[in-house]
Parts: sequence; structure tokens; C-alpha cells
Amino acid sequence: METDDRTVRLTIVGFGHVGGGVAEVVMRKHHAIKERYGLDLRIVGIADIKGVVTNERGLSESEITKFRLGDESVMAEGISTRDMIKELDHELMVEATPTNVIDGEPGLTHIITALESDRHVVTSNKGPLALQYRRLMELAGRRGKMLRFEATVGGAMPLISLIRNNLAGNGIISIKGILNGTCNYILTRMAEENLPYEHVLREAQEIGIAESDPTKDVEGIDTAVKLVILANTVFDMDATYRDVKVRGITDITPDALKLAHDAGYTIKLIGEVDTTGRLEVAPRLVPIRDPLDVSGTLNVATIKTDLAGDITVIGKGAGPIEAASAILSDIIGIYDTGQSQTKHLQ
Amino acid sequence: MSDQFIYPTPNSYLEAEMKISMDIELNDIPGQLVRALKPVSDLGGNILSVLHQRDKKTPSGRVPVQLVFELEEGRLEKLVEKLKSEGMQVVRIGKERMKDSMVVILIGHIVHSDIRDTIDRIDSTGFAEVMGLSLSMPGVDKKSSASLVLSAIGKSELKDALGILESTAREKGIMVISPI
Ligand SMILES: NC(=O)c1ccc[n+]([C@@H]2O[C@H](COP(=O)([O-])OP(=O)(O)OC[C@H]3O[C@@H](n4cnc5c(N)ncnc54)[C@H](OP(=O)(O)O)[C@@H]3O)[C@@H](O)[C@H]2O)c1
Repeated sequence: METDDRTVRLTIVGFGHVGGGVAEVVMRKHHAIKERYGLDLRIVGIADIKGVVTNERGLSESEITKFRLGDESVMAEGISTRDMIKELDHELMVEATPTNVIDGEPGLTHIITALESDRHVVTSNKGPLALQYRRLMELAGRRGKMLRFEATVGGAMPLISLIRNNLAGNGIISIKGILNGTCNYILTRMAEENLPYEHVLREAQEIGIAESDPTKDVEGIDTAVKLVILANTVFDMDATYRDVKVRGITDITPDALKLAHDAGYTIKLIGEVDTTGRLEVAPRLVPIRDPLDVSGTLNVATIKTDLAGDITVIGKGAGPIEAASAILSDIIGIYDTGQSQTKHLQ
Repeated sequence: MSDQFIYPTPNSYLEAEMKISMDIELNDIPGQLVRALKPVSDLGGNILSVLHQRDKKTPSGRVPVQLVFELEEGRLEKLVEKLKSEGMQVVRIGKERMKDSMVVILIGHIVHSDIRDTIDRIDSTGFAEVMGLSLSMPGVDKKSSASLVLSAIGKSELKDALGILESTAREKGIMVISPI
């Protein structure tokens, strides 16, 4: 076991909420990570639509702030995002550009380029994994590199690593859960206040819980994309999000929620995948006080296993720092091969 | 705001009638099935389904048949006597048949799309029925919501009944919300 600190040079591609959050937590936890894991994490490059900033010795906080504010003086001239991924020496790329479920771009090209340049990849971007999972995993395997994506499903909720590590040896029979906080917020409010869908959607948009174009969330597409990632990783399915049977929440009425309540249920948008090949997103009746009956923007998943029975995880599904938390744990997981499994940072 | 009322389902009119499933064994000679069914109709019963399993003969060479029918309760004893006198063996009589049930919510133009027809399709299976329906209509042209209870003789039959409900609902543009 090596005791010397190991320098891990990172690049971040896509510097929005999540990318910015990653830079923030890497800076904030730098010392603690070095102490606990012997990892010296350095951000050596950041790329965004605005441009590219690099520093082989590690970007300073002020360089990162200037880049964020669009200060031209720090931008590297004549270097594209792909050039940076290919040519700048580094060990690991964090990919956090917007999710695109039509062709996976630009994330797909970024990930392929990074793996082909022998970088590990940690991503929060769902598109490439929901469309080209097998191809990307095979490429990573051929290159002997890791591709990790805990942040794509359930934000900070440890789902993929929970199944992969802590539930190792269990057969997974099914996973059912609420994987979209926006839909859960809308259904919770409709049920509590007996308000129509349109009203609650507008309210959610005003407080920033729903996007101005809420289609991906309310039509169940986002849930389907996450479900496909679970289907591929946990059930080895090689599915794409087009294989999912999807219904969203736009037709749910307050009356339906009331009738459900009278019968002892509430209505939730549930994604479900199981060993029989079921791959479905639909509003479902959840018994009141079932572990899946969580309210507000919370996410939840119940994993049915053959040895451990049912295990339910509840957590914040979205939010830049939550996603950054999942990304950070993926980064550490790549280098920390078990000796310090039980360590936690302050 | 919205009206709520309860629809009686067709079966609840027929208090005295009960749905019965019966396993009998016939001798493997022609005409036996007709001889088994005739007493049911003679006694005013309504046959819902007949499962004739010629390929699953008993060790003694008899053919098992599963009947599902509606009959006035008081006439059941007479029926059994009659069948026995015809040389048939009554192996099992099931009365408390609808063991499994689930709540289902529907959303859509439920009344326009003839909910009766949907219920009838399930009731006519003989293995499942719609037990209760409450409907809530917010106003003309708006989508209404309903909850109903599906019951069936067993878990797999309940799943089949849900399948029937889902496919009829799909044809009619109605959304079905089922329990996890
Ligand atoms: N936010 C969350 O809570 C959360 C949670 C889990 C997963 N995710 C996923 O994480 C990813 C990032 O989310 P986010 O909330 O950080 O989105 P965001 O704030 O929109 O950030 C995306 C960033 O990528 C940049 N970008 C777009 N195209 C690019 C390209 N071709 N090359 C380089 N950079 C490019 C954007 O630049 P411009 O701003 O200049 O367009 C923006 O800075 C998405 O895939 C999302 O689905 C988000």
C-alpha cells in the first residue's frame, strides 16, 4: 500500500451549476481528502461554451472565479474543449454539460474523447449513458479506465454504489422509486392543497423547482432516462430510454388524488425496472406511509433483493452540491480501493 | 365543487345469486359435458366459463372440468345432487371466490366512454369482477376521475383483470393508475 500522496489532475467540462459545484467541493475538501485518502486533487482545466482555462499546476480560486465571470484574461486562446481533453495532461475528466436525450451530445463526444485519451471519467450527464451505455462501458474497459456516474440517478442518493458495493452478492429483483423531484413536488402539493395541476406547476416554476419548459420532468422523460441507467447498470439490459414505457403526470386531477386518498393511497410518478424486463414510468398508487410515500422534492428508491429483502433509500434528488457530492464520491471511489471504505470527511 | 356518487355495479343487483366455481370430473365418453351443463341452466343458473381439460386426465381416466356460474344460493345443493346422480364427481365447490382485490384509479372521459361496457368485460370473465365504483365529475367537458375495486379469484387472475381494464381503457383514452 502506497503512503505517498497521489496527485490526481482533474478537468471539468461544462461549468454550470454542477460543474461549479464540483470545483467548489474539490476546493473546500482539498485538505480533508488529502489527509484521509492521500489524494491531492487538482483542477488543471475547465471548459465551457465561454472558453477554456488551464493551469498545469492546478487552477487557483481566483482563476476559477475569473473564468466563471467570463474574464477573457484567463481564457486559453485557440484551445477547444476537445483539445483540452486530449492534450492537457490529466487523469480524470468530470463531464457536466447539459443532458441531451436525442443524440447525447456534446457529452458523448467529450466522454469518448476522454476515454480514448486514457482519462477516467465521472459524469452527471444522463444523455450519453441512456443512449450508448454499452458502447461507453466497453470503451472504458478496453482502455482500462473507469466511467462512473452516480450523480446521474437520484443526485446525492447513493444508489448505484450502494447496489454495487454494499449489496454485492445479492440478486436484485426490482427497483421502484421516485426519481424526479419536480414531479414529486407537484403531486405532493396537489394532494395537500387540492389544487389543479396547472396551478401547482406555475407555483413550482415561480420558486424555481420546475423549469420554464417543464416537459422533460412532467412527461416522465427524466425519470425514464434515469431508469434506463439503472436497468443497464444493475440489470445489464443494454436498453435505451426509447425502450421505456412512459406516462407522465400532466393528466392527474385533484379528484383522482382525493379518491386515492379515500382508499388509503397517494399517487406518485414511479419508475420501475425488474428482472422480467419491465421498464416503465407511470403514475401509480402508493399506500399512504409506504416507504415510497415521500413528499416534496425528495427522491426515493426501494431495491428488492433476494438476500437482504427490501432496502429503501431516500434523499435529495437534485441540486448542484448534491450532484457534486455524488461526483466527488465517484472520484474518490476510483482511487480508493477499499482500504478506507469507512472513512468519512468532516 | 365536484359531484361524487356511487354507481351500483351490475352484480350488486343480484344479491341472492352468487358466483360459484366448481371442479367436476367426467367420464371420458361423448356427451358428458352437455349433461353436466344442462342442470345448471335448468336450475336458472348462468354459466360464465367452462374449462374442459381433456389433456389432463386423472389417474382413473376421468376428465377434469372447471365451471364458473352464477346461481341462486338455495339451489346449489340440488345441483350437486343432480350432478352426482348423473355419475359425475364434484371435487370442489368454491363460494368465497373473490379472494384478491385491488384499488384502481381512472382518469378521463369515463362516462362518455361507457364505463358499463368496461365493467361488463371484466365481470363476464367469471374470474374477476368490479366491486365498487365511485366517480367524481368536475364539470361538463372536463376529465372525470373514478376509483374502483377489482376483485378476482386469485393473484394471477387479478393481474389478468387489470390487463383487460388497461387495454379497454387504452382504446378509450382513459388513464389507469394501479398500485405499486
Ligand atoms: N442540477 C442538478 O441538480 C443536477 C443533478 C444531477 C445531474 N445533473 C446533470 O448534470 C449536467 C449539468 O447540469 P447543470 O445543472 O450544471 O446544468 P447547467 O447549469 O446548464 O450547466 C451546463 C454547462 O455546460 C455548458 N455547456 C453546454 N454545452 C457545452 C459544450 N459543448 N462544451 C462545454 N460546455 C458546454 C453550459 O454552458 P452555457 O451556460 O454557456 O450554455 C453550462 O455551463 C446535466 O446533464 C444535468 O442533467 C444536474
